[in-house]
Amino acid sequence: MASEKGVTLLDFWVSPFGQRARIALAEKGVQYEYKEQNLVEKSDLLLKSNPVYKKIPVLIHDGKPVCESLVIVQYIDEVWSDKAPLLPSDPYQKAQARFWADYVDKKVFDCGTRLWKLKGEEQEAAKKEMIEILQLLEAQLGDNKYFGGDTFGYVDVAFIPFTSWFYTYETCGNFSIEAVAPKLVKWAKRCMERESVKTLYDPNKVYEFVCYLKKKFGVE
Amino acid sequence: MEDTTVKLLGTKGSPFSHRAEVALRLKDVKFEFLHEDLAHKSDMLLRHNPIHKKVPVLVHGEKSIAESLIVIEYVDEAFEGYNILPSDPYERAMARFWARFIDDKVIPAFWMSCWTDGEIQKGFIAQSKETLTTLQRQLEGKKFFGGDSIGLVDLAGCMIAFWFAVLQEVAGINLLNEEDYPVLCRWAEDYCSVRAVSESLPDKSFLVAHFASKKEKMFATKAPLLSTKAGRPLPPPLKSNG
Repeated sequence: MASEKGVTLLDFWVSPFGQRARIALAEKGVQYEYKEQNLVEKSDLLLKSNPVYKKIPVLIHDGKPVCESLVIVQYIDEVWSDKAPLLPSDPYQKAQARFWADYVDKKVFDCGTRLWKLKGEEQEAAKKEMIEILQLLEAQLGDNKYFGGDTFGYVDVAFIPFTSWFYTYETCGNFSIEAVAPKLVKWAKRCMERESVKTLYDPNKVYEFVCYLKKKFGVE
Repeated sequence: MEDTTVKLLGTKGSPFSHRAEVALRLKDVKFEFLHEDLAHKSDMLLRHNPIHKKVPVLVHGEKSIAESLIVIEYVDEAFEGYNILPSDPYERAMARFWARFIDDKVIPAFWMSCWTDGEIQKGFIAQSKETLTTLQRQLEGKKFFGGDSIGLVDLAGCMIAFWFAVLQEVAGINLLNEEDYPVLCRWAEDYCSVRAVSESLPDKSFLVAHFASKKEKMFATKAPLLSTKAGRPLPPPLKSNG
């Protein structure tokens, strides 16, 4: 790989993992080149930059690739440390932030996928689980403005992209997230006022994409 | 006065507890090891890790920290001395990436290789071989994943260094051997020789007996007791690599 100076992000428009990287870069005011990837016919650049997983997002900084969205966000926070710190400086607060971002990683996407992909009893189980997850996260948020407290932070970055999937989860699961976790919905609206988050895709477009996937996988 | 005592809730048989214990020893932190009976979890464990209810949990004064890789980073940042993670942001990102690779790919594939049979087992064995080969490549030209001394990835890899030999003996497979993985096996020996590590390892015969007693149960339920990053058991491997 040529040692080009600058920042490139290999990504896919609807990916909540890619959005984490985009939000972090925007919070830090970093200029970068966005390269939309074809995930069916993966580019040489993607395969070379992420030979282990062959997945997006990949951040390429001065020719060196960084993979895995939360690893990327921490990297961005450490390199561009002069502006908008995402992780707190206190080791314990940092550990808490990492724990909750890890919780989002372990739980939200997988449960959400089961919610829209499955039917019947399995879908009901996924819905119950999703409600539990959202209520736990809401309890963690408490009355704070953000998960980071007064400032938008690491857990906010980790979780906010999934809010554009809320409409999809609600429609497929036939329930209202506002009814079960109203503070979370308010938090999402607050985040959407930020310049870095405004670029998140329209929940309707996410739903359209999921409908396309359902047809593709023969789920109906 | 602020309580600064350090307690580690763990079990001797758990590689995840071991990771936290090694981190504390590398930093010369005085701590009390509180042994958990996972069949009868203590109130203290449930209070300090209500979300996952697992070991290890580090209790530092009033603060509780859970998830072994998070505990390691906390110990590295909260205490002076030995550097478990590198200081350069890119090197730190690489360390975190490979630690996650071990947790997300290497361990689950090997674990499933041990507790399945037939065609499904063949698939997991192939997957496991691939992940071990990929990981071994990271050791090229280095004594440890961390360089001259052990770091985050070495601690993450402890299960490979010590537990894998026990597991494959109980399961009757021969995946990790010197012929196929000379560099990884050499690293395993070097890792286990580090004092902070050797003081934190369980007795091998205890571990063999422990897994031997679990073997029947795991084959019978066909529900291996390790969950993946997503919190669910791994599905059988697909024929192609998505």
